[in-house]
Amino acid sequence: MSADASTARGLKMPEKGKAKAKGKGVPIWRRSPSLVIGAVIVLATCVVAAFPSLFTSQDPLALNPKEMLLPPSPQHLFGTDNFGYDVFTRVIYATRLDLLIGVASAGMPFLVGSALGLVCGYYGGKFDAFMMRVLDVFMAFPFMVLAIAIVAILGNGVTNLIIAMWVVSWPPYTRLVRAEVLIAKGSEYVQAARTLGYSDLKIMFRHILPNVISSSIVYLASDIVMCIMSAATLSFLGLGVPSPTPEWGAIISGGKGFISTAWWISALPGLVMVVVGLGFSLLGDGLNDLLRTRD
Amino acid sequence: METLRYVLKRVLQMIPVLIVSAIAIFLLMRLLPGDAALATLGDKIDPEVYAALREEMGLNQSLWTQFTVWVFALAQGDLGTSVIYKIPVAGLVASRMQVTVLLAVVAVVMTVVIALPLGYLAGAKKGKLPDVVVRLLALLGLAAPSFWVGLMLLIVFGVRLAIFPTSGWGKTMGEHFWSLILPGFTLAFASIAVIIRNVRSNVVEVRNADYVSFGRSKGLSAWAISTGYILRNALIPTTTLLSMRIIGMLSGSVVIENIFGLPGIGSLLVQAVTGRDYAVVQACVLVFVIITLVVNLLTDILYTTLDHRIKLGGNEA
Repeated sequence: MSADASTARGLKMPEKGKAKAKGKGVPIWRRSPSLVIGAVIVLATCVVAAFPSLFTSQDPLALNPKEMLLPPSPQHLFGTDNFGYDVFTRVIYATRLDLLIGVASAGMPFLVGSALGLVCGYYGGKFDAFMMRVLDVFMAFPFMVLAIAIVAILGNGVTNLIIAMWVVSWPPYTRLVRAEVLIAKGSEYVQAARTLGYSDLKIMFRHILPNVISSSIVYLASDIVMCIMSAATLSFLGLGVPSPTPEWGAIISGGKGFISTAWWISALPGLVMVVVGLGFSLLGDGLNDLLRTRD
Repeated sequence: METLRYVLKRVLQMIPVLIVSAIAIFLLMRLLPGDAALATLGDKIDPEVYAALREEMGLNQSLWTQFTVWVFALAQGDLGTSVIYKIPVAGLVASRMQVTVLLAVVAVVMTVVIALPLGYLAGAKKGKLPDVVVRLLALLGLAAPSFWVGLMLLIVFGVRLAIFPTSGWGKTMGEHFWSLILPGFTLAFASIAVIIRNVRSNVVEVRNADYVSFGRSKGLSAWAISTGYILRNALIPTTTLLSMRIIGMLSGSVVIENIFGLPGIGSLLVQAVTGRDYAVVQACVLVFVIITLVVNLLTDILYTTLDHRIKLGGNEA
């Protein structure tokens, strides 16, 4: 049994061998600086999300009518808003929620969408044809239009926001994985596994999946950012996280009415989003360099 | 002839997708909590008036009857009447359409004009300073949320420098274009980043291809090589991506029209969803779906004219 498995694995060795030869002896920060920078930013974001109280001593929900609309200062790094909330503190505390929304929103479509792509690509036939038409219908709706409709039906709130993201973001994973499975199906290692009499399930998950999942993983990194952005966008439109819960989109939206008097309410939290987004994008780029040996 | 048959086949294929989408839109709207009659009456609710209004709107009939009534009217070009605006939906949507379409056109033109040269520059100077700068800018473009970019542009160019209007879209054609510059750029922002990255990697790939070396050895000018050989071939994958971005821009327009106070179809949709204006939501979503399908079709046709190796209707997966 184990000997058989290693034979089947041996057939995909050349690919792995190439990747190793390419990066032999070269430290990872030289091979992919974007991966390292991205990982550091993402890790830092996770630390902020896990321990927000380490980075600010104030309470994100403490109303302070005496200190309304104050410009940035050492006491209030990002200034205060029209309720006297400390904007910096709210941004820090929002990190956990936004990260959670991003990971939860992208995680489920990643798992379900990829699995669906695997099954569709592997078995083909009527189910595949049907699923592709379903995909067509989903892709015919502009992302935000569908998300708005779903949030309108389910109502505001974090859970409903995440559900809306699930509904709109699975198709790309299915497409990506299906396309790669169609190619992998004809390759030698799959034929070898078939000849050895492995079950479909085993071939799909043990042999094909590890070889086709990399594009899905690369897409996941960028999808997490897209989900954070989309969720923030919905909150910005007043269709997402209800106030006064600190959330990046909602905080920026709160400054909408004060663009001529208090620019900092919208401007500075957005900068934080840019940095976090940059981190995930760099991480995705780096993973792309590392996982796909094409170029 | 071949092209015509292909187009016809594709149009026929669009019909089932359209029908299923129409059913999905209809059912989605009926799943919304509250109903149109309730939303129209607002806070003061007289049970009798409410019942009469429900009857008048046909809300007491079965879902199936409501659906057939809607579809039959739709087939005759009647999209119903808006409960908020009290005017026919067809006229309302048509008047809002021009704003969104014009906005998308401005955004696409900006994307192409800005992204193609920058992407080409980065690809041609791979690893040198221009490449590093352009790639960094593109990464920033990807990371910045568009609603934030819109607000920042509004703060700097609308409020501080007061060059552009902060809301609305004026009355004359000139004013329309002027007030679409900031929203157009906001809408284009993310696409510019995506297209730059795509053009760059395509140029890098193509520039070392055999046929380019062959062109060089034939003694063709650098300009002829970069436009006729490199750019032409590098742009084929970009075309598909651009069309996907146009569909993405439809999503973006919903938010951006909201920020810049533009009377487009996206802002109409948000308004109609909150006001439970069924007929308007159905019409708006249907319009978005149709535009998406048409853009996809046009892309595929354009794709084949750019690359003669692709046969029409060859292998469709």
